[in-house]
Amino acid sequence: MISRRDFLQASMAASAIVGASGFGNWARLAAQQTLSQDQLLEFDGIGNVTLMHITDIHAQLKPIWFREPEINLGVGAAKGNPPHVTGADFRRMYGIEDGSASHYALSYGDFTSLARGYGKMGGLDRVATVLSAIRSDRPDALLLDGGDTWQGSYTALKTDGQDMVNVMNALKVDAMTSHWEFTLGIDRVTEIVENELNFPFLGANIFDAVWDEPAYEPYKMFERGGVQIAVIGQAFPYMPIANPGWMFPDLSFGIRQDRMAEMVAEVRAKGAECVVLLSHNGFDVDKKLAADVPGIDVILTGHTHDALPEPVLVGKTHLIATGSHGKFVSRIDLDVRDGEVKEIKHKLIPIFSDVITPDAEIASLIDAERAPFDAALSEVIGKTDSLLYRRGNFNGTWDDLICDALLEEREADIALSPGFRWGASLLPGDDIRREDIFNATAMSYPAAYRSEMTGEMLHLIMEDVADNLFNPDPYYQQGGDMVRVGGMGYRIDINKPQGSRITEMTLLKTGELIDPAKSYVVSGWASVNEGTEGPAIWDVVESYISRKGTVSVTPNTSVKVDGV
Amino acid sequence: MNLSRREALALGLGAGVMAFLPFRATAAVEDDIAAFTGGAATTEGGLTLTAPEIAENGNTVPISVDAPGAVSVLVLAAGNPNPGVATFNFGPLAASQSASTRIRLAGTQDVVAIAKMADGSFVKASQTVKVTIGGCGG
Repeated sequence: MISRRDFLQASMAASAIVGASGFGNWARLAAQQTLSQDQLLEFDGIGNVTLMHITDIHAQLKPIWFREPEINLGVGAAKGNPPHVTGADFRRMYGIEDGSASHYALSYGDFTSLARGYGKMGGLDRVATVLSAIRSDRPDALLLDGGDTWQGSYTALKTDGQDMVNVMNALKVDAMTSHWEFTLGIDRVTEIVENELNFPFLGANIFDAVWDEPAYEPYKMFERGGVQIAVIGQAFPYMPIANPGWMFPDLSFGIRQDRMAEMVAEVRAKGAECVVLLSHNGFDVDKKLAADVPGIDVILTGHTHDALPEPVLVGKTHLIATGSHGKFVSRIDLDVRDGEVKEIKHKLIPIFSDVITPDAEIASLIDAERAPFDAALSEVIGKTDSLLYRRGNFNGTWDDLICDALLEEREADIALSPGFRWGASLLPGDDIRREDIFNATAMSYPAAYRSEMTGEMLHLIMEDVADNLFNPDPYYQQGGDMVRVGGMGYRIDINKPQGSRITEMTLLKTGELIDPAKSYVVSGWASVNEGTEGPAIWDVVESYISRKGTVSVTPNTSVKVDGV
Repeated sequence: MNLSRREALALGLGAGVMAFLPFRATAAVEDDIAAFTGGAATTEGGLTLTAPEIAENGNTVPISVDAPGAVSVLVLAAGNPNPGVATFNFGPLAASQSASTRIRLAGTQDVVAIAKMADGSFVKASQTVKVTIGGCGG
């Protein structure tokens, strides 16, 4: 596999400059080096088939900051294996120089300094430039979108995903699969899929809940370079559990491994020489699926937002992880001959927004989509003294801020914020615009409830969510991070079974242990229960930030983690 | 606002499923199995039990069994207060020895199926079905 060398070419020249420097001074040095668009795109194509993968864009049309996780623990067989390797360990594993462009794009550590040096990442107008460059080399390259595309921004929320549908049509996507798409509600999804999308919306594992019949096209066959390619779609398996099932009451999901094996057999029987799974399972689920369902050549993974500079090989199946929020595009070239894949070459292309020239046509389309909302988007609500980020297994400063807002604005003892993996970062000193608040909160069930819960109930909830993250069998994981908690500390042993992972739950304001029999006032958001009441979370956060003017988030030391 | 336990749990992060600690198999399960097999040993293989890994709704969980050549299949929800779910009997003219139904699960537990084969031997399959309050998929 020569992908690593290709990917790192962009950063090697840089390393020579910064090699002997002290950690923490990268920004100034980084600014001196030259990353070029040509370097980022450099790729000696092979074979006769090219795939381009984007996933988990979460409606981010414009470049953003996005800090990769510091804590991303694997359990069971996943422990210590990619993507459950972070920071310096990740850089050593892939031979990435500290302070390099790849360090900034792919790992946490010295994030603020590097961000100032290398600039924001993503932007679908830059992605468009990369896609065009690949297509000029390979006109019939397939563009596949792994889903979580229509949710995550102010404009996607206000237009019910229309801005994203328009842009993805303009990017000429060839097929997509889904997760958060369904939180627009089944009627809107149907409207888009039937009338507006110029490409298939695939989901082999989406069934009618009453009749147990397939509800969407499971796969699409493409002929490219004289090769029959099957693209099978797999939507997020735990849709009605992790998100509000009442928004799409007649649909059933699930991993449905036997169904996947049937689909692979079916497309092979129809003459597919190359089988691609466009998946929103999450990386660990896909790893298990690849081991249990033979015959898939490439799995384009999604959901868990992992960015890996090399494919992970399971048997003969190559797993590709393309990150999130438009930070990366993966290019995969395949040499398919005599009915099988002979060779594969991959490059994870980082979208450095200051290096890649925006595509003029897509840039103007994006501006047109945003224009009606410009005033609302750009209004400055406050300022942050701290780095605000979300990603990580246990807490992030964005959610600490949201929990602080819930505790104060809703006068609660304890605050809960869901362990979503989407949400852009902000650097210390940045203004907090309304758009930034929505980038961390925009979704269709935002009510910030306030209710009483007993200590026993809180413990049950914590245990339940922890098992969805740390069950040693990936098929029992849902792919989110741990629920974020304000006002309460706890200890977690990730290797214990459900019911005994969480101990030492402590009410921070008194320092007392949580009493199972006592009731506490709890405020949270994103309940999947129909009819939840309360103000929208973005209004709660906006009110809090505007009252504070400048917000500071102190490091969260209230979660103790064992069994790492 | 004061909520019932059920409402508050649902608010907490998920669809309102009352109980979700793992429910352990009881002596009743062993008794049911012994009554079906007459105490004979069971082996693995020849019986496919299909059930979701995580139930979308614990009140109606789709399961199916497929045991070519079986004369009878017993299905148990090992953690329910009354574990017995169904016994499917297949006559000699049955085109296939498979059946599907929907069952209610009181909480996370193993669903167990045992098939009696035509030669009088028994095979067993089981799968853990998780019943969760969910709500945090990212």
